[in-house]
Amino acid sequence: MTDALLTLSGVHTHIGPYHILQGVDLIVPQGGVTVLLGRNGAGKTTTLRTIMGLWKASQGDVRFEDHVITRLDTPEISRRGIAFVPEDMGIFTDLTVAENMLLAAANGPIDEKRLAWIKELFPPIGTFWNSSAGTLSGGQKQMLAVARAIIEPRRLILIDEPTKGLAPAIINAMTDALRELKNTDTTILLVEQNFTMASSIGDTVAVMDDGRIIHAGAMQELVDDADLQEKLMGLSLEAHQ
Amino acid sequence: MSDTTIKPRIEKIPLSEQFFQKLPVLLVPILAVAGLLAIGNPASWLTLTVAGLAMGMMIFIMASGLTVVFGLMDVINFGHGAFVAVGAFVGFTVLAWLAGWTASPSVMLNLTAVLIAILAAMLVTGLLGYAFERVIVMPVYGEHLKQILVTMGGLIVAQQMIYVVWGPDELHISRPEAFKGSLVIGEAAIEKYRLVAVGIGLALFLGMRHILKSTKVGLLVRAGVENGEMVEALGYRIRLLFLIVFMTGSALAGLGGVMWGLYQETITAHMGSEIMVLVFIVVIIGGLGSVEGCFIGAMLVGLLANYTAFLAPKVALISTIALMVAILMWRPQGLYPVVKAK
Ligand SMILES: Nc1ncnc2c1ncn2[C@@H]1O[C@H](COP(=O)(O)OP(=O)(O)O)[C@@H](O)[C@H]1O
Ligand SMILES: [Mg+2]
Repeated sequence: MTDALLTLSGVHTHIGPYHILQGVDLIVPQGGVTVLLGRNGAGKTTTLRTIMGLWKASQGDVRFEDHVITRLDTPEISRRGIAFVPEDMGIFTDLTVAENMLLAAANGPIDEKRLAWIKELFPPIGTFWNSSAGTLSGGQKQMLAVARAIIEPRRLILIDEPTKGLAPAIINAMTDALRELKNTDTTILLVEQNFTMASSIGDTVAVMDDGRIIHAGAMQELVDDADLQEKLMGLSLEAHQ
Repeated sequence: MSDTTIKPRIEKIPLSEQFFQKLPVLLVPILAVAGLLAIGNPASWLTLTVAGLAMGMMIFIMASGLTVVFGLMDVINFGHGAFVAVGAFVGFTVLAWLAGWTASPSVMLNLTAVLIAILAAMLVTGLLGYAFERVIVMPVYGEHLKQILVTMGGLIVAQQMIYVVWGPDELHISRPEAFKGSLVIGEAAIEKYRLVAVGIGLALFLGMRHILKSTKVGLLVRAGVENGEMVEALGYRIRLLFLIVFMTGSALAGLGGVMWGLYQETITAHMGSEIMVLVFIVVIIGGLGSVEGCFIGAMLVGLLANYTAFLAPKVALISTIALMVAILMWRPQGLYPVVKAK
């Protein structure tokens, strides 16, 4: 097994009076795609937000590249090389596509070569470069959200349900782009309810329920083991197929 | 990417909708024409219109900071008027020191004196804004009720401090020679100072628009208004942005205070809280957080206040409130509703 890039140990997160994460242990290995599965309300989004520092863990530790980042501010976590594509995409609709990208390149001017590569991955970014981001379709907004996350080289990208509500053709395009991203040295932690998509690009998988990780292992293992799938899927996945 | 084609989706906005979107901008000329019809006499109308625009510009200067602070930081600052008053008093003090220059017939010396007064006022209110944000506002981010109480408390403290430094009496501030008197155009007399106010206000509006549209800080402010969390997730320290915006807004209120003081030629410790009624009306009319809306709202309020003061002085006071009610019935979020995530 490769080295861990990100490790959550015994992470608890409270939102107001609610105890949402109840001791999450998760290892994201260096390289490849780790998929986080689980039914609605299991705590996947909360896990990503806790890693990003948008909600603070009340107990436990988040380690990234041998540093504890649990108590760092979100901007600091971002600057250490973690990008975040939230469930609602977090597009600045009042700004143009170009302006969204410009802000995403927080460390200086946009690297033109990288931008050209991104425009190849996601053609609408080029087509609508000067359009207001608010006029993009749902799929195009999702592409912009991922494009923003990769405009600068990142160690880790957290992506929350990028295929939610998208048409099959766009899901395929998105999957292809993520697969290509995998070949760079960026690690992806992907929250996904679409098991077909998830199993097609995932290397490692973790399944959540009720604020805990209930299964973790290689994706292939889960794909091959119908019984295990049955057990976990019955709990968490089938409803979303 | 695969060969999937993603249909470009360029929205053709129907003409009727385009008109509807532009309507807020058209309200200003519509009101001006309505004023002309109601007043009848073009000379009086011209005088009142320039007076209204000047008043609107000054209100805009005071309100612009408040609306951006609200949009970006979600902070309701009832203490904003303190910066207006402090700015006016600091400006007064500087102009009093430079009395030789303001009384001089040299336009250059007059202008320099006013410029120094403005810069001093903006510097003091900007620094005061720094202290206000760190001490009073920072502990109550996200809590509106506490913000209202605590910023009102800050206002009272600031007013008392003015009493301590400048005494309890109202002070008279006289305009420099160059700004005194009127230009006569045909039969209309237009106060020179009002033209100056219109010029400064317009320049400020265009400058703010430029900053918000074409600089990274401006983009961050607009992005932060919509989704502050995402701005942080991209690696920017939004708290620093808050501080810069708060200080800028305070300094602009100070600028507005100097200009309003020179306009009224009298300043009092509570002038800030008095003008704040109009400032809040303008911010609400424009759409909380919208600089453009704030500008148009200020023009409407300025014009309407001057027209009604001439036509029906008794209703002048309630006319601006009636305007706010009418606009909110038409657009409950104000002229230019600001997009907010969640
Ligand atoms: N802002 C919030 N306030 C209160 N409870 C929340 C909030 N966000 C999420 N929750 C609750 O936390 C649990 C986990 O939510 P979430 O992490 O969004 O799940 P998932 O992403 O797996 O669907 C759910 O029960 C949800 O109702
Ligand atoms: Mg979720």
